[in-house]
Amino acid sequence: MTTTSSRPIERGAPRVQKTGPIAWSQKHLFNSAFNSVLTVVLIGILAYAAYSTLVWGFTQAPWGVVTENFAQFMVGLYPSAFYWRAWAIFAMVLALAGLSWGILARNQKKIFTVPVLIGFGVAALLLIALPMTRPYLAYSLGSLALLAGGAVAGQSLGRQYPKAATLISGGWFISYFAVLYLLGGNTFTNSLFYLVVIQAGLGILVGWQLAARVGVPAVTKWLGKLGLLAIGFVLGYYVLGNLLYPILGGLPYTVFLGIAAALGIALGLLLVVVFTAPETVHSVGKVVLFLSGFAIVFGLLGWLPQLLGLDFGLSTVRTNSWGGLTLTLFLAISGIALCFPAGVLLALGRRSKLPLIRAFSVTYIELVRGVPLISILFMGQVLIPLFLPEGMRPDPVVRAIIGLTIFSSAYLAENVRAGLQAVPQGQSEAAQSLGLNKPLTMSLIVLPQALKTAIPAIVGQFISLFQDTTLLGIVGLLELLGLTRNLLASPKYLGDFAPAYVFIGAIYWVFCYGMSYGSRRVEEALNTDLR
Amino acid sequence: MTQSEMAAPVTPRNEVGAEAVIVAKDVNKWYDNGFHVLKGVSMNVYKGEVVVVMGPSGSGKSTFIRTFNALEPYQEGSIEIDGVLIANDLKDIEAVRREVGMVFQQFNLFPHLTVLQNVTLAPIWVRRWPKAKAEEIAMRLLDRVGIAEQAYKFPGQMSGGQQQRVAIARSLAMQPKVMLFDEPTSALDPEMVREVLDVMRNLAKDGMTMVCVTHEVGFAREVADRVVLMDGGVLVEENTPDEFFSNPKEERSQAFLSQIL
Repeated sequence: MTTTSSRPIERGAPRVQKTGPIAWSQKHLFNSAFNSVLTVVLIGILAYAAYSTLVWGFTQAPWGVVTENFAQFMVGLYPSAFYWRAWAIFAMVLALAGLSWGILARNQKKIFTVPVLIGFGVAALLLIALPMTRPYLAYSLGSLALLAGGAVAGQSLGRQYPKAATLISGGWFISYFAVLYLLGGNTFTNSLFYLVVIQAGLGILVGWQLAARVGVPAVTKWLGKLGLLAIGFVLGYYVLGNLLYPILGGLPYTVFLGIAAALGIALGLLLVVVFTAPETVHSVGKVVLFLSGFAIVFGLLGWLPQLLGLDFGLSTVRTNSWGGLTLTLFLAISGIALCFPAGVLLALGRRSKLPLIRAFSVTYIELVRGVPLISILFMGQVLIPLFLPEGMRPDPVVRAIIGLTIFSSAYLAENVRAGLQAVPQGQSEAAQSLGLNKPLTMSLIVLPQALKTAIPAIVGQFISLFQDTTLLGIVGLLELLGLTRNLLASPKYLGDFAPAYVFIGAIYWVFCYGMSYGSRRVEEALNTDLR
Repeated sequence: MTQSEMAAPVTPRNEVGAEAVIVAKDVNKWYDNGFHVLKGVSMNVYKGEVVVVMGPSGSGKSTFIRTFNALEPYQEGSIEIDGVLIANDLKDIEAVRREVGMVFQQFNLFPHLTVLQNVTLAPIWVRRWPKAKAEEIAMRLLDRVGIAEQAYKFPGQMSGGQQQRVAIARSLAMQPKVMLFDEPTSALDPEMVREVLDVMRNLAKDGMTMVCVTHEVGFAREVADRVVLMDGGVLVEENTPDEFFSNPKEERSQAFLSQIL
């Protein structure tokens, strides 16, 4: 090692820098005569603009179009008897958003920094200033509170449980289906929610607990043998019996059944004799325990509503009554959730070594990127119904989601491809040299890094997808913009464009800024350099 | 628990077995643009042996050792690793890669994973070891290369020398039969070269079979059983380190040595 004795270099005290607002403005705003003039002029212009906006907002703007139709902006032509379902959705989404925010910001000292507090304050003031009808004022202030409370809860959750981020992703995933069910009601089957969540969920839980907790080896051994016997019997009696029927069908039916039963018992006993290993019998016993627990609970719970005369289902609301912000969010989130995996697959396909897959991906991407979104949407809304017979036509909302997905996935694919190209060749070489096969190399090494690099571009694509939902107003869906245009067409609100557009503009801005803020947080969380 | 033993088969130094781990016969490779990189190179590497490959840049030495784990395909000849022929069969190639460790000039650590995750990734996903076992072995390996206390850092937070030592530990975690080193110290600052060479020296002492492409003459003199000089895609000279550095047979070797010594 080198042994240069390091003598500290004599230095004077660091130059004292003047701080404070006056020093700051001297340095940045008034550092020369010309700049001073510029500053004064620009401040004047800004102040005038702010003043006239405020005057307009508080004295001239006809806010009635917003306040009288607040519910419509939120849920469109949704039947008012079921508004509570929409409010439940908003509450759930806001709580989840607050939780995710808190979890993402778990390493910050304070969530409610000054700018955030100012934002909340301004939002609350605006809501109060709007002469809103009573329940909606409470609702909208409540939603702010829900967001803030969620953030606080999320932060403490995130600090206590490292797995909280995974849990919240799962929460979003489940909430999507909950939203679908709440919005549409029993579109698929009676009491789908009840069936899936309560009946099956509790059944699985009880069966699993039974299988996990019953630790008496004799019981599982006995049950295992019984299970094997049952499997053998079913195989012998039904399967073999049916196979043998053409040959033995001439016999009297009872005799034939007797033979089949004998076959079944013999096969069952054979199974029991063959699988005598204690572990096998034990695990079969566990499966039997699980199945019987599941069957009992599932059956009982299925029978319970009938017994009590209850109806757990929600009445159906068809998609033509969906609208407003709810529809916008539903379209955007569905589109985002679908176009992301599709885009990743297309990007991988474009880099594939298999010529057919590559050709398909390139053709798809180039074709879709060469067509305006509105034409794809028109095709979905106008052409597809012409080609398909009456009963086969997919729902307009579904068609809209498919159109958005088709369009966005092509752009997303290019963003992801850019990310993939930014991952050095050495990364996959290192992974391969460790013996990882291609799918593992891609999913564990290359894709995580590529997606991390591509986050800004990907989120940009999500934001533009969100804004592109406004085009669906043109093809007849009553999403936020379409609904606004509808409202403004009524003679009562003739000419009240400005307040309505300012209002929905603010809504769009809040969601787009939220996405962009979230993406920056995620980027920070994933940054592994010199933390 | 034999698997939890250190990666190296413990044969004492200088008792090179007769068992060849790498048998390369008449290997020819052309790049896509038609350039003939490897012109019939043959070489055997025996168990427990340390072979240093030297040569000017562009001589094909890196390409040659990269054919040993099929990172570079070759067109003619044959390469067998521990009896498995590297050909077009993907199964064989993956089997070979499991047994051959490789350390790169640019480290190529996975920047999105912690040091510990870097080391345990392949054992968990390829060898299917339980996480606890993989981590235990990884921690011992990290201790062996002297960075156990940094196991939870990310590669981007470490110096080049530390990163290269992690890369060595990562390869060792798969308990390979052979280790390939592709200029492991060329991208390092001078003061970090030594810490990496020390790790390699210890590895050689423990009897690991190693093929190193390097320009470190001191390392080659001290550790290598054999020094090989490549130039223009052919194997110019194969010799013991003493003979090679003091009394090279070929004129080309003399010219090369006069440039680097």
